[in-house]
Amino acid sequence: MSPLLFLLLAALTVASALTVVVHRNPVHSACALVVTLCLLAVFFLGLDAQLVAFLQVIVYAGAIVVLFLFVIMLLNLQVEARAMAGALLVGTATAGGVALAVLVVTALRRAAVPAAANPPAGFGETAALARQLFTVYLLPFELTSILLLVAIVGAVALAKK
Amino acid sequence: MTPPLAWYLGLSAVLFAIGVLGVLIRRNVIVIFMAIELMLNAVNLSFVALARSTGSMDGQVIVFFVMTVAAAEAAVGLAIILSMFRNRETTNVDELATLRW
Repeated sequence: MSPLLFLLLAALTVASALTVVVHRNPVHSACALVVTLCLLAVFFLGLDAQLVAFLQVIVYAGAIVVLFLFVIMLLNLQVEARAMAGALLVGTATAGGVALAVLVVTALRRAAVPAAANPPAGFGETAALARQLFTVYLLPFELTSILLLVAIVGAVALAKK
Repeated sequence: MTPPLAWYLGLSAVLFAIGVLGVLIRRNVIVIFMAIELMLNAVNLSFVALARSTGSMDGQVIVFFVMTVAAAEAAVGLAIILSMFRNRETTNVDELATLRW
């Protein structure tokens, strides 16, 4: 990924992320979230993380945001009159958010971030990811399946009338 | 010629700050949820960028786990929102303040 392309995509990502936060209509927020997630998947592709990029599109943009849209339509949410907090809180939070972003960016400019070395051969391929997942991270991987089972049962129990 | 690691970390920090901002200023609990997903994704970008620069696959494996936990969290959280809406007919967090104080 060339630096120019990075800056263009980064500007688009920040703009769509701001749309998620600022837009008054929840459906538009969810659509902007899809755009943000797909743009992040492009960054993942540029960072040699092919499997993560596709999982991002399938799991996040495909499943999670559809769940969000489904609930928004089920609750029949419209454009809200009081979508935002009070003006004082909005002003303080915006100032704090800008300060946080400026702080981290300044710290990164001063820090000696090492230059990216060329990754080893086969880096980012599904085979390499799967080898790590099924050897070093086998126990967390199996625990994940229990977590998903508990989440399914919990979601059904909570949503049942 | 690839962009330096610091650019990715900076973009990740900006996205995280936008997510925090969303949680603070929005009053609709579903939009607050979306802002939380935004923060999780900002951290994922850091993980993938650092995995690329250290040449180790561990960062990408962690992203896999973060996505799983985010999916579970979204399913349970939206079910809670649904049952709260049935009882209270609102998704505004200012009116859902029973557990506060």
